[in-house]
Amino acid sequence: MNYIDSSLKVVGTRPIRPDGVDKVTGRAVFAADTRASGMLWGKVLRSPHAHARIVSIDTTKAAALKGVFAVVSGVDFPEIASEEAFVGEGPMNFRDLSLNCMARDKVLYEGHALAAVAASTQAIADEALALIEVTYEVLPHVIDVEDAMAPGAPVLHADMFTSGVSPKPEKPSNIAKVVTFKKGDVEAGFKEADVIVEGSYTTQPVHQAYIEPHACLASYAPDGQVQIHTSTQGHFMVRAYTAKLLGISMSNIRVNPAEIGGGFGGKTLVYLEPVAVTLSRKSGRSVKMQMTREDVFRASGPTSGAAMTVKIGAKKDGTIVAAQQVLKFQAGAFPGSPIGPGCMCGFAMYDLPNVDVVGYDVVSNRPKVAAYRAPGAPITSFAVESLMDELAIKLGIDALTLREMNAAKNGTKTHYGPVHQNIGFTAVLDAVKSHPHWKSPLKEGHGRGLATGFWFNIGGESSAQVHVNEDGTVTAATGSPDIGGSRASIGMMVAEVLGVPATAVRTIVADTASIGFTFLTGGSRVTFATGMAATQAAEKVVEDLKRRAAQTWDIPVEAVEWKDGMAYPAGSNAGAFEPLDLAALALKAGRTGGPILAEVSVNAQGAGPGFGAHICDVSVDKETGHVKIERYTAIQDVGKAIHPSYVEGQIQGGAAQGIGWALSEEYIYNTKGQMENAGFLDYRVPVASDMPMIEAVLVEVPNPRHPFGARGVGEVPIIPPMAAIANAIRSATGLRMPDLPMSPPKIRAALDAAG
Amino acid sequence: MPTVVLSSGSAVQQFTAGQTEFEVEATTFRRLILELERRFPGLGKQVEESMAIAIDGEIFQDAYSAELKPGSEIYLIPKIGGG
Amino acid sequence: MAKTYVSATINGESAEFLCETQQTLLDVLRDVIGLTGSKEGCGSGDCGACSVIVDDRLVCSCLMLGVEAEGKSITTIEGIANGDTLHPIQQKFLEYAALQCGFCTPGLIVATKALLDENPNPTETEARYWLAGNLCRCTGYDKVIRAVMDVAADMRGETVA
Repeated sequence: MNYIDSSLKVVGTRPIRPDGVDKVTGRAVFAADTRASGMLWGKVLRSPHAHARIVSIDTTKAAALKGVFAVVSGVDFPEIASEEAFVGEGPMNFRDLSLNCMARDKVLYEGHALAAVAASTQAIADEALALIEVTYEVLPHVIDVEDAMAPGAPVLHADMFTSGVSPKPEKPSNIAKVVTFKKGDVEAGFKEADVIVEGSYTTQPVHQAYIEPHACLASYAPDGQVQIHTSTQGHFMVRAYTAKLLGISMSNIRVNPAEIGGGFGGKTLVYLEPVAVTLSRKSGRSVKMQMTREDVFRASGPTSGAAMTVKIGAKKDGTIVAAQQVLKFQAGAFPGSPIGPGCMCGFAMYDLPNVDVVGYDVVSNRPKVAAYRAPGAPITSFAVESLMDELAIKLGIDALTLREMNAAKNGTKTHYGPVHQNIGFTAVLDAVKSHPHWKSPLKEGHGRGLATGFWFNIGGESSAQVHVNEDGTVTAATGSPDIGGSRASIGMMVAEVLGVPATAVRTIVADTASIGFTFLTGGSRVTFATGMAATQAAEKVVEDLKRRAAQTWDIPVEAVEWKDGMAYPAGSNAGAFEPLDLAALALKAGRTGGPILAEVSVNAQGAGPGFGAHICDVSVDKETGHVKIERYTAIQDVGKAIHPSYVEGQIQGGAAQGIGWALSEEYIYNTKGQMENAGFLDYRVPVASDMPMIEAVLVEVPNPRHPFGARGVGEVPIIPPMAAIANAIRSATGLRMPDLPMSPPKIRAALDAAG
Repeated sequence: MPTVVLSSGSAVQQFTAGQTEFEVEATTFRRLILELERRFPGLGKQVEESMAIAIDGEIFQDAYSAELKPGSEIYLIPKIGGG
Repeated sequence: MAKTYVSATINGESAEFLCETQQTLLDVLRDVIGLTGSKEGCGSGDCGACSVIVDDRLVCSCLMLGVEAEGKSITTIEGIANGDTLHPIQQKFLEYAALQCGFCTPGLIVATKALLDENPNPTETEARYWLAGNLCRCTGYDKVIRAVMDVAADMRGETVA
């Protein structure tokens, strides 16, 4: 059924989330809060070198220490064939993943795990780590993406030959693959152009910086059954990866998703779980592991840093006739940067006749990258939307008008193939135009920037169950870890279909043994895909309840109507019966067919793409180079906001992360390839005093492929901020800042250079 | 016959010796995969395991149920994840 | 290793525990006493997820030793509500959707309580600087600050627009 044009009672309201009280009282159980009988503490020994051959590891002394129950290293993990599969958030090579969890011959970045211990206390575990003797042969290393591509760069993987080029290269290199996208004839396009602008840009790797470090508790029982409690965006992903990496059948692994303290894409891989299971198997005890904040920075995946060039050609009237982009994405120690989406997203906001995009996926001696909100899109869009601003200035056309003239519309064919359908980009740009922020005069000394962003959004596999309990209350269970309020949105959709208040539905996240496969929480898919499954499950329950009412009244099921949580006889011909509510029907469930429940699994297609536009005012302190965000407005097509507060929250949070990416976040490496700022004091994420209020404006262009019209909302808001801020700085100072972060030293240097 | 367009050079054109656009005889996704594999050994597997396809403008992450029509335009693109 | 006997007041009740001298108050709360509401986000006093109130002072419990709790009165997130009645700060965080993942929330609520105990009428800027030691990566702080300003007004008996 489709409810897009229905009058809704629950969807679109702002009830208190079902897990809220637990989270404001400290009751909520996160992975590090769990304990088990006889539990040991597991800790990891990490490489101090950016690139080194492991000559030997001697664990004798560590293993002999009193209180140590297991020591493991690469030899304790099965060799995995190089095999690619799509289980998590991108193509994943299991051998790489295994090597990332525990190094074998070489360590490839500072922080790379190479051994682990399980001991009765954390202090003993630390002491044991210090007793492990490792002999390294230190190798030359390379950190930055363009250095890694240069001839003569230290090669990380002797068996890696660039794919996507022909003929196949004869020598290995750090370029894992080359991706190309072409539409039309870009050279002919540039010949037609009256104006051509070009620019080179760099972005730094930034960490998702979820406040909860990775943590898990694993138990391997003598009968081979494994239990894992963990902080993850996808417990089915943890099960699949752990099974694959350790050669255990999935039926022997049960993964319980703990409350998750933030992920943003960063908890879509495994780091600790296979190690904890191996330590547990070896020690015969449950093992708890948690990363320190330093571990999180040194060993878990940020998103890519990049070096990019962009060229855009336009007619005098502003019509863009050609666009070209070269993207070099740093993948970390193993291939797998988000270069594909990077190549697809940069120009996806525009209707362009001639496009040529080339992307490089490049390894270097840094932690393997992980997904981070709209992977690839913020990077590529920083370059494109910065250059669009330059084009507008050069043409003397207003930044919004230039975008309106070239905006993608329904029917626009993207440069990577698909045709935009039912998109709301025009509605978003209209909302910019009419917003008081855009219309307000700029204050003295302030600058204003505009930038836009696009993300595909995804659907995929989800399972949901709806149970009517014996007293008529409702439980909804799904396989989607709740990272930012999805229990609320899913419960609300179920409540809407059943015709009951939101508070009548309790939503839970079921473990891997208790519900059908559900792809991980990411790509802004949960409210869309899992919401679709839950809606359909609730509809099945309503059908069943109508049948039960018909049976109770002894009338045909067609003569029963479901309204406001009750079965009614449909019209006077059906008979005069008192309506039956959920409680009444549940009470008689045993006589009408047994327990009332439905489970639905879907592979949801038709996730509607999301578009956003951010307006930002800044002031720049010319003494210190500090950029202050004076006003910020984030406008986005959300399809239909199921719980508007949490939709606004996604937009505000994404914008804040983008502001950190723009102004302050970066990895600082010393000459040995060691990270020098692996902590929140020196890796500076935005704090409350850095931020203004962020006005989130919800534009609702319904997605016809979702029962309530929802689109994913979590990815888009991190895309526009970097360029919006760069464009605002350009407006305030005349300086074009092509390199992130636009931190005080860089602004100062640019001011000095400009005289 | 539907037309297949390789919009991504990612590990795909190596199977087709640089060919980027060609017609295939197939009315279902499954047939398409078999046909790609027959003509360009390795490509069918690659598409099935690690790529998404766009059929007449719409992205399918899993396209077994999708219908291919004469004249359908099929783009092979990287699969899309997310944060 | 010899353990030290410590006697303190935790959430209004007398508490006695043995702890190792190097254990932080956070470790003691979580691993010895079993109060896991205070979270470890960094272990270096930078994120505020472990915030507790020690004798009316806001403290990162990861920066204080367990043995230093001797004779002190400590309030953790578990001591903010009054039985089954939520504290107005907790209620307001829920109403404003001022949390997403909820991991930083205990620290933010404890820090807000300490703020309003000391300054019942903070400006938005004062609230932002007070809470600058509590990192939240989900919300962008917008709804957090709105909740804080609104609950401050409520507790003063006013209403804000």
